[in-house]
Amino acid sequence: MDVLACPTCDLLNEVPRLGPGDRARCARCNRLLVARRRNAIDRMLASGAAVTILMVAAVFLPFLSISEMGFRNAASLFDVAASFSRGINVPLTLAVAACIIFIPIARVLALYAALLPVRLGWRPAPQAARLFRLAEALKPWSMAEIFIVGTSVALVKLGGIAQVYYGPAFWAFVLLVLVIALEQAIVDRTTVWDLLDPRP
Amino acid sequence: MGPARSAPLTAREAGLVACPGCALLSPQGTADCPRCAARLHSRRPNSLQRVWAWWFAGIIAYIPANIYPMLSTYTLGRRSDDTIISGVIELIALGSWSIAFIVFFASVCIPLMKFAVIGWLVFSVQRGVRDPKSSMHLYEIVEFIGRWSMIDVFVVAILSALVQLGFAAQIAPGPAAACFALSVAFTMLSAQAFDPRLLWDAARTDGNE
Repeated sequence: MDVLACPTCDLLNEVPRLGPGDRARCARCNRLLVARRRNAIDRMLASGAAVTILMVAAVFLPFLSISEMGFRNAASLFDVAASFSRGINVPLTLAVAACIIFIPIARVLALYAALLPVRLGWRPAPQAARLFRLAEALKPWSMAEIFIVGTSVALVKLGGIAQVYYGPAFWAFVLLVLVIALEQAIVDRTTVWDLLDPRP
Repeated sequence: MGPARSAPLTAREAGLVACPGCALLSPQGTADCPRCAARLHSRRPNSLQRVWAWWFAGIIAYIPANIYPMLSTYTLGRRSDDTIISGVIELIALGSWSIAFIVFFASVCIPLMKFAVIGWLVFSVQRGVRDPKSSMHLYEIVEFIGRWSMIDVFVVAILSALVQLGFAAQIAPGPAAACFALSVAFTMLSAQAFDPRLLWDAARTDGNE
């Protein structure tokens, strides 16, 4: 038996040792306390690798282009962020680039720095716990899935104005959103913290 | 745990504090978590003041976000400005009811609901909570759904990046985009500053009196 405090209501719960696939919820507020996964670390590292590859493709390949009345224009992901580069909106350039490109990448880097050494059987890196906490804290600010919904709204708005062409980066980004959603569903914090525990 | 444990205890009542980073239990008074080095607090310090501060900042940014244009469209030399609301109306005029609903929900319903719910939660912590479980569910919904308000900012970004067709059509972002993004970020920080354990504490003291 382990005793765990619920993070949302502070109740102490007695939780038995759980196997892969098992979950435990708080007895008072029903918040998910533990979700064990088979091969949790391997899956987190694998989805991190997939996110990196897809993000490189999404950033460097053409994203969308449109044409109308003989005019043609293409935009990459960076162009999308850079569209705010005038006036009061300048800081938004950085914020948008962070939400859709840099923060997802930073999360992968933090996960790798925290988990790869222990996966290889080495001692955890000195900052491993801090890095994993950082990856968790950045989660709400990683907005790839919101961006893709925004893209579909923009495409509907453009439907009446111009012809739209989907670049390979668009499809890479759609895949990226699916991988990130999958990754968030497979996090097994109990396993991670057991591995990263520096105490003897 | 001791054998004579009858009623369920909270970590605080048991003299313990749970780590916000990794959930490890430590004795109260421990400064940093021995497992993940996070700063330990039984309850987030000054939680309600921080919630209010971000809440007001969010409201202040939300007002210009609705007054100024989100984007300006130049077609064949003519300029038209769209605010959040007029953008929704335009989508309805295009016949895209479902998309219009998504934008209206993300840009109008979610922010207003967030302001109302967060304000009400803080108020009820100060007055005593009757039903902490449903209050907590409200909090979880607000925390989960708040980021989705950013949809409209991304729509503006994509439209302004793509529609650069010289004299035929050009779209440029308006000052409301930055205000709206700030408002969303502030309300996300407001929700994060709220400590849901206060809801259960407030219920407890209410029942004992």
